[in-house]
Amino acid sequence: MSPAAAMTPPAFRAAREGADQIPGQARKTTLHARGRKTALHARGHQGAPAPNPYARGLRALTLATPLAMAIALGMGFFYAPLEAEQGFLQKIFYVHVPLAVVALCGFVLGGLLAIVYLRTRDPRWDMRSYVVIHISLIFAVGTLLTGSIWAKGSWGHWWVWSEPTLVSFLIIFLLYATYQPLRFAIEDPERQARYAAVFAITAGAFVPMNYIAVNLSTAYVHPRVFGSTSNLPGSMALTLLVSVIAMALLFTTLCKYELTAKHTRFQLRALRRRLLEAGEAASSRGALVSPTPPTAGAPAPTLHRSGA
Amino acid sequence: MSAATGHDAGRAEPADDPTATTTTPGDLRADDPVAAARSAGAHTASPTPPRPPGFAATVAAVLRKELLLELRTLESVPGMALFAVTVFVVFHFALNRNGVNGDEAAGILWVTLLLAALLGINRLFVLDAADGGFDGYLLAPVSRSAMLLAKALTLLIYLVLLELVAVPAFALLLLEPSLGPALPDLPLILLLGDVGVALIGTLVAALAVQTRARDLLGPLLALPLLVPVVIGGARASAPLLVLSHPTGPQPRWPVALGLYDLLFGLVAYAVFDFLLED
Repeated sequence: MSPAAAMTPPAFRAAREGADQIPGQARKTTLHARGRKTALHARGHQGAPAPNPYARGLRALTLATPLAMAIALGMGFFYAPLEAEQGFLQKIFYVHVPLAVVALCGFVLGGLLAIVYLRTRDPRWDMRSYVVIHISLIFAVGTLLTGSIWAKGSWGHWWVWSEPTLVSFLIIFLLYATYQPLRFAIEDPERQARYAAVFAITAGAFVPMNYIAVNLSTAYVHPRVFGSTSNLPGSMALTLLVSVIAMALLFTTLCKYELTAKHTRFQLRALRRRLLEAGEAASSRGALVSPTPPTAGAPAPTLHRSGA
Repeated sequence: MSAATGHDAGRAEPADDPTATTTTPGDLRADDPVAAARSAGAHTASPTPPRPPGFAATVAAVLRKELLLELRTLESVPGMALFAVTVFVVFHFALNRNGVNGDEAAGILWVTLLLAALLGINRLFVLDAADGGFDGYLLAPVSRSAMLLAKALTLLIYLVLLELVAVPAFALLLLEPSLGPALPDLPLILLLGDVGVALIGTLVAALAVQTRARDLLGPLLALPLLVPVVIGGARASAPLLVLSHPTGPQPRWPVALGLYDLLFGLVAYAVFDFLLED
């Protein structure tokens, strides 16, 4: 058992591993197979079906992302000049705007992937769409938080309605927050994927429409410091560009991690099912005098969240 | 009319599709001209090489079914109207105001209409899902988009009926300026908003109806999507409801509302078919 698993109480561990898994030998495999070492372990694992396709390039990305983030933050703090009006506070711009840009693009990308799913009906595209939207939602929370901090710093309020990006983000966040409840309120995996795709396309198309509508509605009470990037001085624009690239890298890495983890979990479930079937076949041959209790073997695979 | 009748009428709806001529709905009376026309139409529509009915015919059939059902059960529109009037009363006490005007008036009107619309949206597909209406519809060789249009038209008619009650009630109970000067423009703006609500409501209702928590998910999905409608509608109607010298709305709001309706209609048209597959 890994040290992390040994330190946590069993009940919590069981909850973290999901309701469909019971404590036992299989958990150890799950913990090992998760996370960034998936590819290595899958390769070293006996009987592992195929190397995880999502793990390809994951190590390089994992190394590049913190590097890019460090460069972006370093440029933000040391290279980009202090803004005349807002001073140091304006540095949050290099976190807030990239988060917003990447989250918005992620939402639209989720819609595009959903279109591919509806055209091909390949569940992998549905999984990609789900993961992209999931990570975008987290980035949207980050956008709201950093925007709120910025608003408090520059206007003295935690929330301002005069900032259309922030307001439209709130609406988009509220919409996408229903994505997972909608998804997991549908039992049938195929229908779940299809409905989620319809939602993703609708919401993806809604993102720009909503942005335009909110922009129209906003009376520009406060002068917008950075309405567009065209009036930025060169060093600031460069820093922003690097920050956006770093954030996009972070987004890609996180998506790949989640995809890898999900793929590994599916592989594990398939293996367990095979194990269970093999065990059943063996016991039905009547070789065993005393049948093993069901908890000692592999747990029964329950796949009610299999579309996720 | 009792709820039991409504249930019967709901069960009868698969008979609406022309292939199901063998089933005779239990509560169709011979003296009902609409039902008689429908069964006659269904009869002629099934000669040996069955020709699938066109888009308009399908829309008309589904729309007629919906309106007939509503007329017999009176489940949606009276409830929506009553709800809207009750919300006006609640607003009176919550705001502690005898009258409102301008932005406030527009806001209260639109919020009330939206909340009432959500009631209708939640009920829009419930009978179809519960009583096999979707299955019956899918068995028929008809366009699935016709369902979207028919349901959206149903919802649009519900909303217009709702507003015929709610807007005069609002003028009577809460609105300070008289409704007269606002009359030529306000109905148009409300209608533009209704088109958007009907399209979004139909799509969202179809999304939510197959889920376990449909009563919760419907409004949760609908409200964010309706925010642009509220923006356009409330901003356009606010200048009509001011106390002195009401002016016409700035043209950009009705235009934005119409554009949103159009774009969302296209999106709904593109994705709706995928909701009706099983």
